Amino acid sequence: MSNERPDDDLETLFDADIDREPTPRSQRLKRQFDLYVVAPARVAMTDWRAVLGTAIIAMYVLMGTVGVWLVDRPTSGDAPTLVPPFQNPNYILGTDTFGQPIGAQLIHATPDMFRMVFAGAVVSIGFAALVGVLSGFLRGSKIDTILMSITDIIITIPGLPLVIVLIAIFQPGDPYVIGVLLGLDNWPGLARTVRSQVLSIREESYVEASQIMGISTGTILRRDVLAQLMPYITVNAALASRRIIFESVGLYFLGILPFTTLNWGVMMNIAYEGNALSKPSMYHFLAFPLLTIFLMSFGLVLFSQGMDSVFNVRLRARHSSTIDDDGGPEP
Amino acid sequence: MQGNYLAKRIGQALLTFFATVTLTFVLYQMMPGGPEQALRNQILSQQMGSSNTINPEQIEQLVENYTNLESDAPIYVQYYQYMSSVFLEFDLGESLYSEDTVTSLLAERLPWSMLISVYAMVIGYSVSIVLGAVMAFKEKSRFDSVSSVVVIGLNSTPYYVAGILFIFFFSIRNNVFPTGGRYGLGIEPGFNPAFMQSIALHAALPILSMSVLGLGTALTMRGNSVRVLGEDYLRVAELRGLRNSRIATQYVGRNAILPMYTQFMIGIAGVLSSSVIVEEIFSYPGVGLLVYDAIQVRNYPVLMGSLIVFTLVTIVAILIADLTYGFIDPRISSGGNNE
Repeated sequence: MSNERPDDDLETLFDADIDREPTPRSQRLKRQFDLYVVAPARVAMTDWRAVLGTAIIAMYVLMGTVGVWLVDRPTSGDAPTLVPPFQNPNYILGTDTFGQPIGAQLIHATPDMFRMVFAGAVVSIGFAALVGVLSGFLRGSKIDTILMSITDIIITIPGLPLVIVLIAIFQPGDPYVIGVLLGLDNWPGLARTVRSQVLSIREESYVEASQIMGISTGTILRRDVLAQLMPYITVNAALASRRIIFESVGLYFLGILPFTTLNWGVMMNIAYEGNALSKPSMYHFLAFPLLTIFLMSFGLVLFSQGMDSVFNVRLRARHSSTIDDDGGPEP
Repeated sequence: MQGNYLAKRIGQALLTFFATVTLTFVLYQMMPGGPEQALRNQILSQQMGSSNTINPEQIEQLVENYTNLESDAPIYVQYYQYMSSVFLEFDLGESLYSEDTVTSLLAERLPWSMLISVYAMVIGYSVSIVLGAVMAFKEKSRFDSVSSVVVIGLNSTPYYVAGILFIFFFSIRNNVFPTGGRYGLGIEPGFNPAFMQSIALHAALPILSMSVLGLGTALTMRGNSVRVLGEDYLRVAELRGLRNSRIATQYVGRNAILPMYTQFMIGIAGVLSSSVIVEEIFSYPGVGLLVYDAIQVRNYPVLMGSLIVFTLVTIVAILIADLTYGFIDPRISSGGNNE
């Protein structure tokens, strides 16, 4: 499925009447699929971090979708209180002080967690990409100065106290709103990274070439700049998600967010307030939520680390079947 | 150029502080029903104990005392008064539940928060920089892969989880460190060894769990060092026969640390942020615990004051970092492009 050789290309370039057969749509789709889905997946398979990270995240997604459907929502008094784990097959992870199975609680907390993470990641990544690309591309202009001043101000304000004040004022219960609030203090750091990336991409010769060819700024941004930024955006989306999980669970744990939903942090709060640390009979009540949070962020960190290698262009070219394997493009 | 750079940085710091104080003003106004409505319930419940009844004018007067906001004045007058009381009189209002001014409450607590935050930052970052550099020098060795996994693992542990585990293992299981407080009971405060030791023992666990925050830097440091190690100028330096120690610090260390500058900047704000949760877990009475207590009773003046002071500390820290950064990297202060 190899394309024309380079000298064919040259000939067509100098050929006055280009009478080339346009690549059929299905072929183009196939090629794009190979480039953007198959090759990255192949690279990912070679990186144990990406594989393990994806597997862990997939497990949580299953927990939040199929798991919720399979396991009944727990209510108080479902079971005897404080059953130790791994004893009764009905509640493998044991039960808490109210007689709610811990496993079921963990599972039913997952969908709201995902809603929060989704809203927060979208807000922080979206803001960061928008501000970073815009001010990087308009470097030195008024807009750049203003955007970067705002970014620096928000970087400086410690996020958690600000979020706490906002929560105190608005008392949000909806997971999407909480996610957005947590995402708000998350974007400036990434916006700065994106900006400096844009600055260095702008200097690349292919961007200059596009500009000389008279391609519109919008197209250059989309095709040359944004494509190069995707690695950073994906890696940072995973890290932003981890941060939002940390912060939201932390706030639930402190009891600052209203206990309107099941959440791992709420469970930790109840266990911790009940002095679980000094009562061996309650260890599992605190330990399993802790483990759940750790595992999920472990998955996200591994995923982001693995993605770094997936987005390495040369590595990807080597694994793609629709690109000639002669070293790939020079970066 | 140096003076210009200095002026620009200080100007930016002032602007940031101004913007933060304005933000707290906006937050007051965004409260449902405005500050007066929001505070009325608090004031009423607070007055409940004393038998004297309270009329609307008194409430208005109290709101003004607490927040520096005169709620029936036009908005720009309120803004002017609020800003001038913060900037000219250093008055951040008054706590709703005690007779203290917010400024005095914060002044008493801030040194303790600074103690643990500064140590946490210094320890967290220096450990991770050294670790990252060693990992890069021994790239692909067993040490490298083992510590990579350990760092990723620690990086996925929220600092408060680390705190809980520390309490469990060091305070409850083995009585090595105390579970909370600033210093032991019955110890005379002052410059005596027993007092110092007690402070160090009480601060150790909070510092340790906050420094977990900085550990992600080790991986960045590793990546940067690996990149620098492949540069041509490093081979030239080796060929010139420079000592290994000089290559490690002046060539690799310097060039690998500089790009992490923004990360450090965010780290300062991050460490202060984390103090809210960490201080609550260790019941360490710093500003973070003040915020935590204030949120329980909706003590808005204290909340806003803490936000302002937290930001002020961050601004000063970033300013110091900025000015020293000019020393390390001369390109910045000579007007080169940042990043």
